[in-house]
Amino acid sequence: MNVVVCVKQIPDPAEPGKLEADNTLDRSGKLILDESDSYGVEMALQLVDAAGGGEVTLVSMAPGGETAGLRTALAMGAAKAILVSDDALSGAGALDTAKVLAAAIKRAEPELVLAATESSDGYTGTIPEQVAALLGLPSITFAKHVEIADGTVKVQRQTELGYDEVESPLPAVVSVTAGVVEPRYPSFKGIMAAKSKPVDQVTVADLGIDPGSVGAAGAGQEIVAVEDAPAREAGEIVEDDGEAYTRIVGFLEDLKVI
Amino acid sequence: MTLNRIWVFAEAADGKVAPITLEMLTKARELGGTVEAVYGGADADAIAADLGAHGATTVFSTGDLGGSLAGVPVASAIAGQVEAGNGPDLIMLGTTYDGRDVGARLSVLLDKPVLTNNVDIALDGDAVVATTPIFGGTKLVKTKFTAAGPHIALFRPKSFTAESSGGGAAAVQAIDVPDAGAAKIVNRHIEESTGPKLDEAEIVVSGGRGLGEAEKYAIIEELAGLLKAAPGASRAIVDAGWVPYSYQVGQTGKVVKPTVYIAAGISGATQHLVGMKGSKNIIAINKDPEAPIFSVADLGIVGDVHKVLPKLVEALKSR
Repeated sequence: MNVVVCVKQIPDPAEPGKLEADNTLDRSGKLILDESDSYGVEMALQLVDAAGGGEVTLVSMAPGGETAGLRTALAMGAAKAILVSDDALSGAGALDTAKVLAAAIKRAEPELVLAATESSDGYTGTIPEQVAALLGLPSITFAKHVEIADGTVKVQRQTELGYDEVESPLPAVVSVTAGVVEPRYPSFKGIMAAKSKPVDQVTVADLGIDPGSVGAAGAGQEIVAVEDAPAREAGEIVEDDGEAYTRIVGFLEDLKVI
Repeated sequence: MTLNRIWVFAEAADGKVAPITLEMLTKARELGGTVEAVYGGADADAIAADLGAHGATTVFSTGDLGGSLAGVPVASAIAGQVEAGNGPDLIMLGTTYDGRDVGARLSVLLDKPVLTNNVDIALDGDAVVATTPIFGGTKLVKTKFTAAGPHIALFRPKSFTAESSGGGAAAVQAIDVPDAGAAKIVNRHIEESTGPKLDEAEIVVSGGRGLGEAEKYAIIEELAGLLKAAPGASRAIVDAGWVPYSYQVGQTGKVVKPTVYIAAGISGATQHLVGMKGSKNIIAINKDPEAPIFSVADLGIVGDVHKVLPKLVEALKSR
């Protein structure tokens, strides 16, 4: 079974985020594989294993031909990658991003497309469903368990109250929550092998999309201001001397919640 | 541009309208024009009174979805109305499991942008401007729609306060569903929880990586039980599989605004702060005095959660 995993290469979330003059996210530093995507990669590898054949193809969109995050996922065991890198995509909204990813995914002709529920930097959380709609495929979002049987994908989908068992014919798009599987650490052998795995870098035009229709120009939205949110005042800090719990009790008593 | 007609995607469970729906209806009224709801399900009649009491004059109902996930059928029904010239200027949806599916599908069907995670929306002259928090809620981005409507915007729960309009029941009107969708719910599982719901609780007690190991989460649940609180979690321990995703407080996960939020062993990554810094009172316990959680805490205890929490539990038990 061939599986495509959408992966995003993002600035390290541990570092404070910065915006460029045009209010796009500063991606000039080192980019890494979004940890949210490592679950999709692991899930894809396990499903291909269980199916007894096929391969995992990564699809990513990033500026400047960036491959650092892709190499991490390739080292985990993905076979190859398609990277869409094009200056025309600067300022692209979620819908344009989905159009680009969908066109790239088509090239790999997968039976299943996996993605995280949302990225850790932009977190719009709409891309998997948009990709599915563009490809004319069914989709199941917020999967916390995924299995394949007889041309059907069976998913436990997170809900407000628990989970639903949801089934869909293949091909389909499934977005997975974090924690759905335990992502493997790349082995040394995997890291070495990843260096020579194929990364097919393409432009928007290569995908048959008009560069003038995507990016900031085609987004249909424009940032008009970025403001500081009202800051919360820091309160009292107490070093625990063994009795600090009494301060918590007192605090709760003052609020009359106990 | 004015917003003559606004649609709110309504969600409900067991005949009870979701709080986010009533919050959005209240905001929609403030923006002016006609406010209507769109509902995907068999029981629109059961919720028409509550929707009407919050400002919806009509609820457009797809009827029973036949087990389909809401995304495809509801988006296709809305798109059908828009294509027939019966569409609104703005469609408001919750940043919820189904709201995101419907909004995302709809953006493709209408070829319109979708703005998610908004906490506010306003008319600024001719422009419709949505406000979105970024960087853990430290910055607010204001984005205007430049394409023609209908605009699609998703809102985080608890962004607005629901208020009754005193209106009568909304009229239920059936709409066509051009595409039923292929993904079907075959079984539903309700996870039994004894305490209050995470996003409705007066007190939330959350644990993080500082607890050290999965078994230690038990003391969070014990403390939550004593305080009649809901137990929550940071993303780190959800990712690690200690607790289910439904426990997660943060940018991914639930937004909570309780009277008291207790963060135990949580460092306060921006991803967590955005989900809880709207709490009225915040108590943080962490052994690292530099932990960012202390920047939002009203009472910060620099100490070991394994020492502070057992004593706190004992003290509460003996009351």
